[in-house]
Amino acid sequence: MPVVNWLKRHLVVIAGLFTLAYLLLPNVIVTVFSFNKPKGRFNYQWQRFSLDAWKKPCGVADMCGSLSISLQIAVWATLGATVLGTMIAFALVRYRFRARGAINSLIFLPMAMPEVVMAASLLTLFLNLGAQLGFWTILIAHIMFCLSFVVTAVKARVMSMDPRLEEAARDLYAGPVQTFLRVTLPIAAPGIAAGALLSFALSFDDFIITNFNAGSTVTFPMFVWGSAQRGTPVQINVIGTAMFLLAVLFVLVSMLITNRRNHQKA
Amino acid sequence: MTTDNSGDVRLSGIGKTYGAFTAVHPLDLTVPQGSFFALLGASGCGKTTTLRMIAGLEQPTSGTVRLGDQDVTHLPPYKRPVNTVFQSYALFPHLDIFENVAFGLRRRGIKSVKKQVEEMLELVQLGEQARKKPHQLSGGQQQRVAVARALINHPKVLLLDEPLGALDLKLRRQMQLELKRIQTEVGITFIHVTHDQEEAMTMADTVAVMNGGRVEQLGAPTDLYENPKTTFVANFLGTSNLIEAEVDTKDGADVVVKAGGDKLVLPAARCSAPAPAGGKVLVGIRPEKIALAHADDAGAVPQGRNRLTGKIADASFIGVSTQYVIDSPACAGLSVYVQNVERDARLVPGADVVLHWSPAHTFGLDAAQAIDAGTGEEVAA
Repeated sequence: MPVVNWLKRHLVVIAGLFTLAYLLLPNVIVTVFSFNKPKGRFNYQWQRFSLDAWKKPCGVADMCGSLSISLQIAVWATLGATVLGTMIAFALVRYRFRARGAINSLIFLPMAMPEVVMAASLLTLFLNLGAQLGFWTILIAHIMFCLSFVVTAVKARVMSMDPRLEEAARDLYAGPVQTFLRVTLPIAAPGIAAGALLSFALSFDDFIITNFNAGSTVTFPMFVWGSAQRGTPVQINVIGTAMFLLAVLFVLVSMLITNRRNHQKA
Repeated sequence: MTTDNSGDVRLSGIGKTYGAFTAVHPLDLTVPQGSFFALLGASGCGKTTTLRMIAGLEQPTSGTVRLGDQDVTHLPPYKRPVNTVFQSYALFPHLDIFENVAFGLRRRGIKSVKKQVEEMLELVQLGEQARKKPHQLSGGQQQRVAVARALINHPKVLLLDEPLGALDLKLRRQMQLELKRIQTEVGITFIHVTHDQEEAMTMADTVAVMNGGRVEQLGAPTDLYENPKTTFVANFLGTSNLIEAEVDTKDGADVVVKAGGDKLVLPAARCSAPAPAGGKVLVGIRPEKIALAHADDAGAVPQGRNRLTGKIADASFIGVSTQYVIDSPACAGLSVYVQNVERDARLVPGADVVLHWSPAHTFGLDAAQAIDAGTGEEVAA
């Protein structure tokens, strides 16, 4: 049975291609429809090829404003969560203190709790405190749920780090600050970077928590949701495609840099 | 004489306790400038803690650490002119070999490090590997990077914490010679922590044997081996036959003891026990000092030698020598190593033999100690 044998030999490749297609198909649709010229307000049926939306990406009222707000929140949330989360992770790994066990499990709570419950209780909290809903409440909420991801990523890295490395640095004339900057931080960096990237992605496309706590502020996911009820402008696909391409580019560039570095070293 | 003593290490009354556990009992130790000093002991004997107190990585509970004339007890590690080669090497994984070696120089604000680093990498024969990352090197190469990284700073004292523990036997032998060569070349005081008695004896000028947080005995390797003062040292450094005996007479230079009906003689100078007449004493003799004669040839044994009779219980041929286990009325399970020069075919298990050795090779120990202290079984536990 040559067909069966051929299948047997290539099963891994075939399964891999299917999985890839399953993952990529939605992205392909987004990209293809960014070149559509729809009839009417909804961009759900292919009509004909057009570059109109790519030529005027901000041609839809309020969309680029919401995109800018989303990007700002994502940057600040990433920064805040990464700094706080890294410090928490170090504290949890390096020091023995009273509430350490409790904090270790509480840090997972934002990941485990249904987002909508979290969103509703956060809104209750903000209203009771008399806080004005908007940019700041969104930012606070985002830092909160990003924190647990950063802590988890950095903690794994710090735990696997040999404490003798820092002793070696101190032995080699590095004071506490130098030891941290020259040894501890560079070794923990991959964990910190992973946490930061995750934070950015989570913050940028969060809808549920943001929607509850945004007041009159509109972020990009909220804009998409809102417009989906009245009609979907092609520009949404343009932004989606651009984000996707930027992410792919980012990965490619970092791979190229590491490759080149390894070649130089060898 | 104006000898430089800035590399002397003087520990006085230095001790370390963790809560109720005493890791190191207050001890005094002086390591002279330029010597190769070994702290030898089983794991948990306090040797690494002692080393870490010299490095400044551990604060002593009591006592002081002095380097030359400087009291460094309260200086942080980065202010001490001391460098360490760590057990797991602790090379910085994110830096290449060049930057690992340059680390100490850069931290002290030295700008032009290139020449020094290259020279140091040449000394440890790693010039070609400068731009590789630590994980790309073999264990032996990593070990040499660790040595280079420490030595480039010209420390007053180099501390080595089981530096060869992770290497295989052949490489370990090679590195022992290498380290010894480097030490002779740079003339820096080396303090070497190890649990390997052979390693300590091959490399060090002076060995301190540690047990249970105390220094049991200190001296040159030959001195420790030939004239141990405690059962721990006798058993931990090589193998010893320890025979329980009773003191018969003591006349000036010699002590005569009775063991299982036989009389044995040992020099009083080599008896660390008080040994009053009628008191108990442990008589020690190294297995390779004992000669073996078949019972039929007993008459040929020269006069004036210590002799015991026995029966061969076991014999194992290991090439250069044959190791016998002999049961004697005085003591069961005596080990005897005989060089395979002329093998006597009659010396097989079951044969009656006479063991004889020179009284000068005999030593005496206090019988109040545990007779099996420091034997292999105890170390493994």
